[in-house]
Amino acid sequence: MSFLKISNLRKSYGALEILKDINLEIEQGGFLVLVGPSGCGKSTLLNTIAGLEPITSGDIAIDGRSVAGLHPSKRDIAMVFQSYALYPNMTVAGNIAFGMEIRGVPKEERDKAIKQVADMLQIGHLLDRKPGQLSGGQRQRVAMGRALVRDPKLFLFDEPLSNLDAKLRVDMRTEIKRLHQRMKTTIVYVTHDQIEAMTLATKIAVLKDGVLQQFGSPADIYNNPANTFVADFMGSPAMNLLKGKVEQNGSGLAVSLARHQAEPLVLSVPNAPGSLSAYSGKDVIFGIRPEALTDPDGADRNACTVAEGDCLIEVVEPAGADTFAVTHLGGKEIVARLRADVRIAAGQTARLAFNLDKAVFFDPASQLRIS
Amino acid sequence: MSAQNPDNVISHNRLTRALIYIALILFAVYYLLPLYVMLVNSLKPLEEIRQGGMLNLPQVWTIEPWLQAWSTAQIGVQPTGLRPFFINSILMVVPAVAISTIIGALNGYVLTKWQFRGSNVFFGLLLLSCFIPFQIVLIPMARILGMLGLAGSLWGLILVHVVYGIGFTTLYFRNYYENFPTELVRAAQIDGASFFQIFYRILLPSSGPIIVVSVIWQFTNIWNDFLFGASFSGAATTPMTVALNNLVSSSTGVKEYNVHFAGAILAALPTLIVYIVSGRYFVRGLMSGAVKG
Repeated sequence: MSFLKISNLRKSYGALEILKDINLEIEQGGFLVLVGPSGCGKSTLLNTIAGLEPITSGDIAIDGRSVAGLHPSKRDIAMVFQSYALYPNMTVAGNIAFGMEIRGVPKEERDKAIKQVADMLQIGHLLDRKPGQLSGGQRQRVAMGRALVRDPKLFLFDEPLSNLDAKLRVDMRTEIKRLHQRMKTTIVYVTHDQIEAMTLATKIAVLKDGVLQQFGSPADIYNNPANTFVADFMGSPAMNLLKGKVEQNGSGLAVSLARHQAEPLVLSVPNAPGSLSAYSGKDVIFGIRPEALTDPDGADRNACTVAEGDCLIEVVEPAGADTFAVTHLGGKEIVARLRADVRIAAGQTARLAFNLDKAVFFDPASQLRIS
Repeated sequence: MSAQNPDNVISHNRLTRALIYIALILFAVYYLLPLYVMLVNSLKPLEEIRQGGMLNLPQVWTIEPWLQAWSTAQIGVQPTGLRPFFINSILMVVPAVAISTIIGALNGYVLTKWQFRGSNVFFGLLLLSCFIPFQIVLIPMARILGMLGLAGSLWGLILVHVVYGIGFTTLYFRNYYENFPTELVRAAQIDGASFFQIFYRILLPSSGPIIVVSVIWQFTNIWNDFLFGASFSGAATTPMTVALNNLVSSSTGVKEYNVHFAGAILAALPTLIVYIVSGRYFVRGLMSGAVKG
């Protein structure tokens, strides 16, 4: 049974529709990440779950109980804000205990709860300080402490790591994941960072312009993106999306990719998705991730179909762990991810291996994946 | 931003410095001169003033004029001194300042954190009240005070000053709370705090500078007000400013300039003290929000 269930949710300001018919659900202990570019409605969606903004139609249920009409404090939720939203005039202990104080929890009980949370987050030595005296990472911990102390059914995180520097962000990301594994809490987490989404989530919902683009497990989203937007948004560097033409190649299908000053590169696709044959002789968008486009020695040995082709390398970018090579195919610049110590030079032709198990095809008109 | 524009750099040249200081001292003297004249003449016997030499220091020092102005000078028909009217002014100013500041703070809170349909229009109308000249409202206000049964009473004067002050205090608090993070209000909502709990526990503790601005502004305006005081006060509720006028412009007997000077200083003292005590917060509060910090 789903723990958080959002059904047919709509939200509009006057004539402007912010969220259009959102349906989502997550099981108890799940980690749902809402991801999308800025202005896609992900924060609004989180605010409607929190009750900070009313919904226009639809329903939100937490643990089987509809909360759509309830005040935020009655929904049994806790929220961590992007700016942390610590009360500047109260100490760390006061911040953590404020909710309990409002609810009239006795002092001894409050102190016990503060101590417990402070121990868990290692902020015991900060309890008497004001938020202004804390570093970014410490504030982040206090904000999480304030959420944890409520022991709510649902945690809401609104881009909690976006104000931290890069290194601290990675540390806190791991910490949130560890906390989630230990506490078995249910979390809804908003971010625009697709790496955060991939690493933390058990389920990802990709939004764009208030429309849910795809909802699934991180692997599903990454390997089988529903459309070109999801394919392009998730993954870094982004998936190569290039124009190709489907051709009949003996008994099977092949995709032909235009090459710069050379014959088109024809790759046969034996394990093509069923409906691709309908596109025979037509154009499609051929999608392949940089890591599925490598030097032949670095190709995945477990892959069923690996095709090879010569490409003119234009730029070589060594990145330490990998080397990225830029080439032109299908009229577009595409990126290949090669082993770090590969011998390759700009301006020369190199042989690249295409792992076609990982290739996806999209309809050029609808931008949807051909399955 | 690396290379500084030479026009903007304050010169450290000695001569320029000296010129700046001379100019500043001249201005200071110019502005302090009236205070000096009032002070020295309030400490002289009347005969000494009649001899001329307004700028001279007293030959005979006396605080008699101050005592007279405070407790025995003839105000109107009674020889009461300014004391009862000073007390009237205090009794009027303190509640009027407190009430208008509290209402302004609540207005600012609602207009920024609980916006409703038409709240900007509402704010615009409130702002408009800052531009209405006092004289226009005199007669309607007298009618309303009469209908409320507050004519001539201290509470009537307080009501007039509160109504007139709300526009300004709302403007101050709204602009201040506009920059107050809304996420804090949302966090408090999730924590279960009520409308007034959020105001009292979250916003108010961070409002020090703007409260000072509002109090100084309101205190100065209400204390110095003459027109409303002259129009709406009764014999027992006359404020300080009106009493001072009655003292200075009395048409019988000898003009006791030394007593008048002492009385005028007494009338100006409370606002002076408020500025000295909290003035440094004043600029800070006025500037907050003007520049993103």
